[in-house]
Amino acid sequence: MKINLFRAADGTESGGGADTGADVRTAASRAMSVPQPRSNGDAPVGPTKIAARDVSVSYGDKQALFDVSLDIPDKTVTALIGPSGCGKSTFLRTMNRMNDTIPGCRVTGRIEIDGEDINAKSIDPVLLRARVGMVFQKPNPFPKTIYENVAYGPRIHGLTSTKAELDEVVQSSLKRAGLWEEVADRLHSPGTGLSGGQQQRLVIARAIAVNPEVILMDEPCSALDPIATAKIEELIDELRERYCIVIVTHSMAQAARVSQRTAFFHMGRLVETGSTEDIFTNPRERRTLDYITGRFG
Amino acid sequence: MTEPTPGITESAGTDLRVDRLRAGLKRRHARENRFRTYGLLAIAVSVGFLLLLLGRIIEQGHTAFYAHTVTVPVYMDPARIDRSYPAGTNFEQLVAEQALVRFGVEDDAAGTRATAMRDLFSSELKYRIAERLQRQPGLIGETLPIAAPMSDEADLYFKGEISRSTPALQRRLSDEQLDWLDRMDAEGAVSAHFNKALFTNGDSTEPELAGVAGAVVGSALMLLVTALIAIPLGVGAAVYLEEFSPRNRLADLIEVNINNLAAVPSIVYGLLGLSLFINWMHLPRSSPLVGGLVLALMALPTIIIATRSSLKAVPPSIREAALAMGASRTQTVFQHTLPLAMPGVMTGSIISMAHALGETAPLLLIGMVSFVPGIPTGIDQPTGALPSLIYIWENASERAFHERTAAAILVLLAFMIVMNAAAIVLRRRFERRW
Amino acid sequence: MNQHTVKAYGDELNQLTAEVARMGGLAEAQVADAVDSVARRDVALARAVVERDARLDAMHRDIEKKAIRLIALRQPVASDLRKTLSAMKLVVDLERTGDLGRNIAKRALVLAEGEPMQPLTRSIERMGKLVSTRLRDVLDAYTAGEVDRALAVWGTDDEVDEHYNALFRELLTYMMGDPRTIGACTHLLFIAKNLERIGDHATNIAESIHYEITGEEIVGDRPRWTPTPDDATAPIADPDAQ
Repeated sequence: MKINLFRAADGTESGGGADTGADVRTAASRAMSVPQPRSNGDAPVGPTKIAARDVSVSYGDKQALFDVSLDIPDKTVTALIGPSGCGKSTFLRTMNRMNDTIPGCRVTGRIEIDGEDINAKSIDPVLLRARVGMVFQKPNPFPKTIYENVAYGPRIHGLTSTKAELDEVVQSSLKRAGLWEEVADRLHSPGTGLSGGQQQRLVIARAIAVNPEVILMDEPCSALDPIATAKIEELIDELRERYCIVIVTHSMAQAARVSQRTAFFHMGRLVETGSTEDIFTNPRERRTLDYITGRFG
Repeated sequence: MTEPTPGITESAGTDLRVDRLRAGLKRRHARENRFRTYGLLAIAVSVGFLLLLLGRIIEQGHTAFYAHTVTVPVYMDPARIDRSYPAGTNFEQLVAEQALVRFGVEDDAAGTRATAMRDLFSSELKYRIAERLQRQPGLIGETLPIAAPMSDEADLYFKGEISRSTPALQRRLSDEQLDWLDRMDAEGAVSAHFNKALFTNGDSTEPELAGVAGAVVGSALMLLVTALIAIPLGVGAAVYLEEFSPRNRLADLIEVNINNLAAVPSIVYGLLGLSLFINWMHLPRSSPLVGGLVLALMALPTIIIATRSSLKAVPPSIREAALAMGASRTQTVFQHTLPLAMPGVMTGSIISMAHALGETAPLLLIGMVSFVPGIPTGIDQPTGALPSLIYIWENASERAFHERTAAAILVLLAFMIVMNAAAIVLRRRFERRW
Repeated sequence: MNQHTVKAYGDELNQLTAEVARMGGLAEAQVADAVDSVARRDVALARAVVERDARLDAMHRDIEKKAIRLIALRQPVASDLRKTLSAMKLVVDLERTGDLGRNIAKRALVLAEGEPMQPLTRSIERMGKLVSTRLRDVLDAYTAGEVDRALAVWGTDDEVDEHYNALFRELLTYMMGDPRTIGACTHLLFIAKNLERIGDHATNIAESIHYEITGEEIVGDRPRWTPTPDDATAPIADPDAQ
């Protein structure tokens, strides 16, 4: 009797259909059924969501970015890594025009989101920031209640018309941010009373309440302890199914864990970009290798 | 501490270093203690002067808070009182003559003694009598006791300010008058009680009837005008300068000028008020409107500076968070930054109001030195203000104004303490954690 | 033990061990089939074993790549690191086991052309079954994560050596008796050697499992077959069977 023992859980056959003398039961049980993980390199990268071409940024006389061209795919986590002062945060902030708020800041080049140039005169930065949300390094919930924090975005953009709708948006945002269970019974207590990790998840809930397309994260875990960091990383993994996520991090380990694409910046220039697996196992550029292995300086 | 092992240079070197450290330590501790002593001394001296000042004022002014009243039996002589017009009677003369009769004193032909007796009673007396008669005309022919304040000199005598030891020519009261006062006192007709008039009456040429009420209301009205003008303008200007205006040379120029304006002597504002509001715009002189306008101009730079620094103190992370959420600049300022800066803004406003309350020089120039009786009812009427009242009373000739000036100063100080306390309470209430 | 907070990480680790287990199953099957083909002189089976070896090599490369990726991207520590490292070590042993099985199958093809040699092939069969059983036991221990079962396999390494030495003597006797059988017996000798090596690999795997689970090396030497006084009269045992 030919028994195909090597049918794995994903349905692919491995054996040649030959007889074996081995114990059918144990060999079959050995092919444990495991769900296919959402592992980093396997998931296909989405279409390009943000396209930057020759972007340069200067603050007064000092130039911070030199001709950066980068494509950022949708439904993917892209990590921007590099040493301090390399311009990764500056580049991140060009994508929601937060650099506009800094006096003396000049941005040249073209940044397109879904094909639209976001620096065009016709684009209102206020609306842009409803499509591109941001999470900062230090959790900065408003000094209001948890409910008010999450409801703020939908309110000022007029996204809901009744209180019931607003309640629904708040609840679903908190659920998606993985915070609902912990705060469902104290929605009207101040947001600043939560722990650091909870505050950061609140800030993420606030950002996703307006249903953005892109979420920018500027070192979101650098102020958090390892457990809170792990929770946020798991959250990022879940969020990437819906949003395009760009994360700046000075922890290479975090970039390796969390992202599918990585871009390495150095002294205002983009040195190398590629899949995270390639960058961390075999980068093309010498500078990238030196940075990742800690041979800098 | 162990002895260094001989021959081991390392430990010997360490000990040398430790000794040097220890020697230096003594010097440093000594310097610290000296500094601390100086600090304590400075505080002690400041507090001492404060207590001295306060003590002096309280010592001078506390007597103003009580006054003496005298109760005299008044015979409503039908022969002297016209039934159809009772108020026309010269009650002062009536009472004086009746008192002389009671004391068994003969008056001379010129009636000087009656005049002397009259000087012991306040002019309030006749009004009280007239008022009683007005209410009960049937009292004519009756004798009834009427209580009225003593005149300011009699009051001073009972407070011990005037004494027999001074030569008679240097006193306001003659020996005879003092005897009469002693007799009234012996009869039990004199009593001391809380000087309500000080707080309910307006200014008066008679010290015993003079009160701070008019000035307090005037000051309050003025402050109201100042607050209504200076706070919205100041906060609005500061918000614009801090949040909205571009940072260029013009903005720097404005900032320098505002800082300078805060240091301009207040009398210059008075001159400005005089020429601009009174001479050119013909606003009513000495009114709370003009006073309020002048003080508003004075308080404006301080409010702007205080508001700007409160706005600067709001952490930029809140602004960034709001902007990143898609709030416009106006929404960010009015929904986030300003509410968080509120405690500082309120403190600054209230303190600058308290400051404005005590400013005298500009008020003098716009005409508030004049004597204004009564209590004002509108902002366009001439009024007094507490600081100018104090100035007027200090310059008045009557001795009794001496204690009243100190009392008015205490009232002003109390006013300011209340305002500062309000500032602290409000700030605490509105302070938010971020 | 709790789940990893980042579920994808836990899933990746589990997938790695699952694939090692699958490769183990395949290697086990290879060995059993190879021995079978010797015993039953089944040429088709032997050919199938030889062809299937390529799959084992591919799995080896694939699992190694996955393990390197896991180390680079997840920076595992402690038990997760040991799990990853022992997965890498295991697949080396399994790949060698597969190669040895293919070797046995190739010799089976040669042997099938000659005369059947019943008693000898039966001894081979017996040794083969022992080795297969040990391999199966140690792979079960890996799947179940049970250190005792691994230690049991590790402790009986000398049994395989005994079998081998007995076979060695038997074959020598046979060859000395009938020189025409030297060719076939040499093949059988190599087959026995390969089986003995497979037994060693099973012991290696047991050591890796022990390290993975406890974090410590096994204390003590591997049990070795030591010659008894009776064996002194027998022809010299294969010193390589140590």
